Amino acid sequence: MDGFQEYFGEIHSMVRQTVRKFVEREIRPFVDDWEEQGEFPLELYAKAGDAGILGIGYPESYGGSAGDTFVKIAATEELMRCGSAGVAAGLGSLDIGIPPILALGTEEQKSRFIPPVLRGEKIAALGITEPNAGSDVANIQTRAVKKNGHYVVNGSKMFITSGARANLLTCAARTGGEGSGGVSLLVMESDTPGYSVSEKLKKMGWWASDTAQIFFDDCLVPAKNLLGEEGQGFYGIMENFQNERLQLSVMANMTAQLALEESLKYAQEREAFSRPLSGFQVTRHKLADMATLVEASREFTYRVAAKMDAGKNQVKEISMAKNFACTVSDRATYDAVQIHGGFGYMREYLVERLYRDNRILSIGGGTQEIMKEIISKFIFESKK
Amino acid sequence: MNIIVCLKQVPDTESQIKIGPDGKSIVTDDIKWVMNPYDEFGVEEALRLKEKHGGEVTVVGLGPKRVTESIRTALAMGADKGILVSDEALDGSDSLANAKAIAAAVKDLDYDLIFTGQRGVDDDLGLVGATIAELLGIPQFSIIVKVEVAEDGKSVKVERPIEGEALIIESNLPALITAQKGLNEPRYASLPGIMKAKKKPLEEKTLADLGLDSAEFGEGARKLKILELTPPPERAAGKIVEGETPQEKAAELAKLLHDEAKVL
Repeated sequence: MDGFQEYFGEIHSMVRQTVRKFVEREIRPFVDDWEEQGEFPLELYAKAGDAGILGIGYPESYGGSAGDTFVKIAATEELMRCGSAGVAAGLGSLDIGIPPILALGTEEQKSRFIPPVLRGEKIAALGITEPNAGSDVANIQTRAVKKNGHYVVNGSKMFITSGARANLLTCAARTGGEGSGGVSLLVMESDTPGYSVSEKLKKMGWWASDTAQIFFDDCLVPAKNLLGEEGQGFYGIMENFQNERLQLSVMANMTAQLALEESLKYAQEREAFSRPLSGFQVTRHKLADMATLVEASREFTYRVAAKMDAGKNQVKEISMAKNFACTVSDRATYDAVQIHGGFGYMREYLVERLYRDNRILSIGGGTQEIMKEIISKFIFESKK
Repeated sequence: MNIIVCLKQVPDTESQIKIGPDGKSIVTDDIKWVMNPYDEFGVEEALRLKEKHGGEVTVVGLGPKRVTESIRTALAMGADKGILVSDEALDGSDSLANAKAIAAAVKDLDYDLIFTGQRGVDDDLGLVGATIAELLGIPQFSIIVKVEVAEDGKSVKVERPIEGEALIIESNLPALITAQKGLNEPRYASLPGIMKAKKKPLEEKTLADLGLDSAEFGEGARKLKILELTPPPERAAGKIVEGETPQEKAAELAKLLHDEAKVL
C-alpha cells in the first residue's frame, strides 16, 4: 500500500486500457481525415456505446455503468489522446444533454430518452446559448407557449455542439416572465415539424465536431417533454455546470499534457546550430515550466474532483480549477507551437491543432470572466 | 465445453524499454503492463466458443500481484473465473518452470481446450504453450488462425498458415492451441463488464498450494540463462544509389547488396 491517497485504482486502469484500445483502433487511424471533413462517422457513437464508453457515470437501469468521477476522468483523458478534442466533444455532448433529464425528468422520460443515447443510437445535445444570450442564461429569448397539450416553440439556439446531427435537444425556453424564473427545459426531438438546423458552423477548432445553429418555427413539442415543472429550467441548467467544468478542466489539462509530450519529442529530434533543441537551456527551461504547470494543474483538478465525488460543494474550487487549467493550456499550447517553429504552424503537426482546439476551453461551459465572477463572489462573501 | 486461457502480462508495446544496470533485465519502474496481445486472441476465441457451445472460461495467469489486473480484464471481457499463480519463488523463472507451474494449476480442472498466445511479445520465446501441452500429455497446435469445434464438442479443426498455404489439422479434445494474429479481433472489456468483473471469482495459488517444490523455480533453477541484453542497433542513414542510367544504378545496387549488405 502506498502511503498516500491515490485517485486511480485497478478499475480505472482497466477503463483506461479499454478506452485507449478504442482510440487506437477506431479513432486514431482516421482522425486527420475527420478533422478535414468536419465530422466523424455516425457509427462511432454506436461503437462507443457498445464498448460502454458513453454510459460511464449513468445508472445501470438506463444502460450506463456506475463508477466514481475518476472513471469518467480516466476515460476522458484517454479519449483526448486521439488528438482531436472535437471528437471527444462530439462523442461527449450527451454529458451535457442527458444530466438535466436525469435531474428533472420523470421515470417515463428517463427510460424513453436516456437508453438509446447511451447505446449510441441517438445523439443528445444541450441547447442553451442563443445568438443574443450566452453566459447571460437568464436572458434567453426562445419562447414556449402552452396550447392544447403542446408547447409551441419559437426562437433559435446557437453554437450547439453535435447540433447538426442531434436527435434530442435538451433545450431552454421561456415559458414564463422575464429573468431566470421564467426559463423551462424541454426535450426537443429533431424530427418535430418546425425544427431545422443550419449548415455546420465553420470554427477555429474542434473541427471534427458538428456545431450548428438550430431554429424553431412554431415547433409543436408535446407537453410531456417538459422536464420538471415550468420555471425549473434555470436550476436544471446550473445543476450540471460543475461536472461540465470538471470535464473542461480535464480536457484543458490533457491538451497541455499533449502539447508538452509533443514538444519534448520534437525538442530531442530537431537540431538547430548543430545540436538538438533540447540542448539549449532556453528550450529546456520552457519545457520544465510547462511540465511544472501541467503537473500542478492536474493535481489541483484531481483534488477538486475527489471532493466533488465525496459530495462536497466545490462551486468556487471547480471555477478556479477550470480557469487555472485553461491558463496553463493557453500557455502550453502557445509554447509548444513556439518550440516547433514553422512546423508548429503546419496542420501536419499535432500542436497546431492543439493550439486551435484549446481556445474554446476558456469560453465554453462558462467563460474565464464568469468563472472569476463566481470566485470573487465567494471570496468576498467569506470576508463578511 | 470448458476452456482454459493462459495469459501473461507484458510491457505495453508503447512503453520505452530501458535495460537495467545488470545488463540482463529491463527497468520496470515506469512500465505500463498489459495482457499479452496474443493471449487476448485466445481469450476472444474462448469466449466465442463459449457463446456457441456453452460452458465456462477460466483464465490462468502467472506472476506478481499486478497480473490480477490482466486477469480481471479477461473477466471483464466475459470469462467466468480466474486463477493467479503467484509466489515470490517464481521470480526469475524460465519458460519451462513457468509452464510447469501453469500445468500444475490446470491439470485437475475440467477442460476441453486450452489457449495460450503463440508467444509473449516480451521475450518472444514461444515455449510455454508447447511445454504445458507436453506436461499435460495433450495434443498441441501452434500459431493457429482458425478454430472450429465440432457440433458434439468432441473434436476440433484448426488452421495454421504455412508459407502462403494453410495446414488444416483435426484433433480430438482436449487439446492446446496457441493463438496467432488473425484468429479474431478481440472485443473491448466493456465498462459494465469491468464493473461486473469485480464480483467474479479469482483464486490465488502459491507453489505450495500446487504441491510444487519452490527449489525447482526461480533464477537458480533456470535452464535457459540470459547472458546479456542489448538495444537494437540504431538505424543507419539511408544511401542513395548513384548512376547515370537505370542500368548503372541497378549494377551499383547489386554490388552494394552483395558487398556491403551481404544479402546477395
